[in-house]
Amino acid sequence: MTAKAALASLVEWLPALVVAAVVIGLWQGLIVAFHVQQFLLPKPTSIASTFWSDRHELWPAGWYTMKEALGGFAIGSGLGILAATFVSRFKTLGTALMPIFIAANAVPIIAFAPIADAWFNPFSPHSKMAIAAVLCFLPVMVNTLRGLQSARPRQIELMRSYAASELMIWRRVRIPTALPFVFTALKIASVLAMIGAIVGEYFGGATTALGVLINSDSQIFQFTKAWAGIVVASLLGMALYLAVATAERAIVRWSPQLRGS
Amino acid sequence: MSEQSVVRVGRVTKTFPRGDVTALQDIDLELAPREFVSLIGPSGCGKSTLLRVIGDLIEPTHGSVTINGKSARQARNDGDYGIVFQDSVLFDWRTVAKNIALPLEMLGWERQRRRQRVAEMLDLVELTAFAEHHPWQLSGGMQQRVSIARALAFEPALLLMDEPFGALDEMTRERLNLELLAIWEKTGSTVAFVTHSISEAVFLSGRVVVMSPRPGRIAGAVDVDLPYPRTVETREAPRFFELVTQVRELLRQRGEHLLPEEEAVLE
Repeated sequence: MTAKAALASLVEWLPALVVAAVVIGLWQGLIVAFHVQQFLLPKPTSIASTFWSDRHELWPAGWYTMKEALGGFAIGSGLGILAATFVSRFKTLGTALMPIFIAANAVPIIAFAPIADAWFNPFSPHSKMAIAAVLCFLPVMVNTLRGLQSARPRQIELMRSYAASELMIWRRVRIPTALPFVFTALKIASVLAMIGAIVGEYFGGATTALGVLINSDSQIFQFTKAWAGIVVASLLGMALYLAVATAERAIVRWSPQLRGS
Repeated sequence: MSEQSVVRVGRVTKTFPRGDVTALQDIDLELAPREFVSLIGPSGCGKSTLLRVIGDLIEPTHGSVTINGKSARQARNDGDYGIVFQDSVLFDWRTVAKNIALPLEMLGWERQRRRQRVAEMLDLVELTAFAEHHPWQLSGGMQQRVSIARALAFEPALLLMDEPFGALDEMTRERLNLELLAIWEKTGSTVAFVTHSISEAVFLSGRVVVMSPRPGRIAGAVDVDLPYPRTVETREAPRFFELVTQVRELLRQRGEHLLPEEEAVLE
């Protein structure tokens, strides 16, 4: 990146950074001014100091949960893409399954967290991966399917004029058309995976997990540490989101939307 | 016709089961080598359907289509024709050069040969400077030139064009008409050109085939005896206006006595 480009991206991020600084400043200032109790809302400075002093406990816990989220993300998204491929390839299968998928989408999947814990060992990461995977599956499946069905009829007709096989049409038309949809879904799923893993841990899990740590710390009134845990969870969630967004920029380089023109 | 026809359409009828629509009825049409033929008619006359039947993208209900003496299916599999649609149908994820190379990839050409041909085609449509651009970075007229270059890249004997300039403004359209004729004279392809513009049909073609709607059938043809190469002055020649009037008359006659209600009774 050239110096000019670095400066340009700094200018682009500046408004967000200013807003964040103002919010944190207000947060700190209002707590001091109105003597807000520590258990209601700790000061950002005390969260920051706990974040630093307990880093040897917080980060390994965060990484443990991150691995669960990553596993669930990979399994759920993978199955979602696979299911969408099958449903769009075999129309009858699609008409049989789509209403069920859409109905399932309305079910608050989070409510299944205790059940997933019962199905798998609650102390193993697999139960959390299952919850994260279930959360990721539907948005990825629905978006990928829409993408695969968005190929323009004229483009298919053009390919047929070249006597293209179904496989060639998939490779050269359907998959490239679907990619932006898939990445939108993966970005949603990356956030859901982290939520799924942490919520799963609230119902029990290894003591080394971030969700368990946040939950138990709030029960023993260690709210500052719970908040520090939330900060770790947010940072890891953002990292996963940014990783997906970076992959998108690398793979869907051609997209007019991403080029901003 | 002494030479063998490039396209021979024999008594083609196409009915669509949905709504029981007869899109084409008893169409007979022959295109000689290097001939430029326009199909013109009101919307719903089946001119685009006829083009797709020739390209084996739609199967006729009755009748036969032969291209270069082969069945339409065989001709499509052999890559005997290139097709251009009203919207340019370019792939956003491919650069201009890669879009033009697409049919060559499908035909299994080697990379080196592909690159060379793409360079020639870019030169032909004067877009060499835009080879690495993406389609959405080009104007509508430029996009359509890319589409034409793609259709001609593998030197098909036959070029099917479905209202290729219909979405462009008048000035761009007239300029591309001239460019298309120049390209046609260089490549020597046979062209079947669907349009709803009378002046465009007369300006480009050696023969204008007039179609009438519901069911789509051929109402008549006008031989255009204006000499090639045609220029900007051609559009101002008295003979040009006479021919435009002739086509317009033919369209109007057919439009008046073939009311949809009558047709429904006749069937």
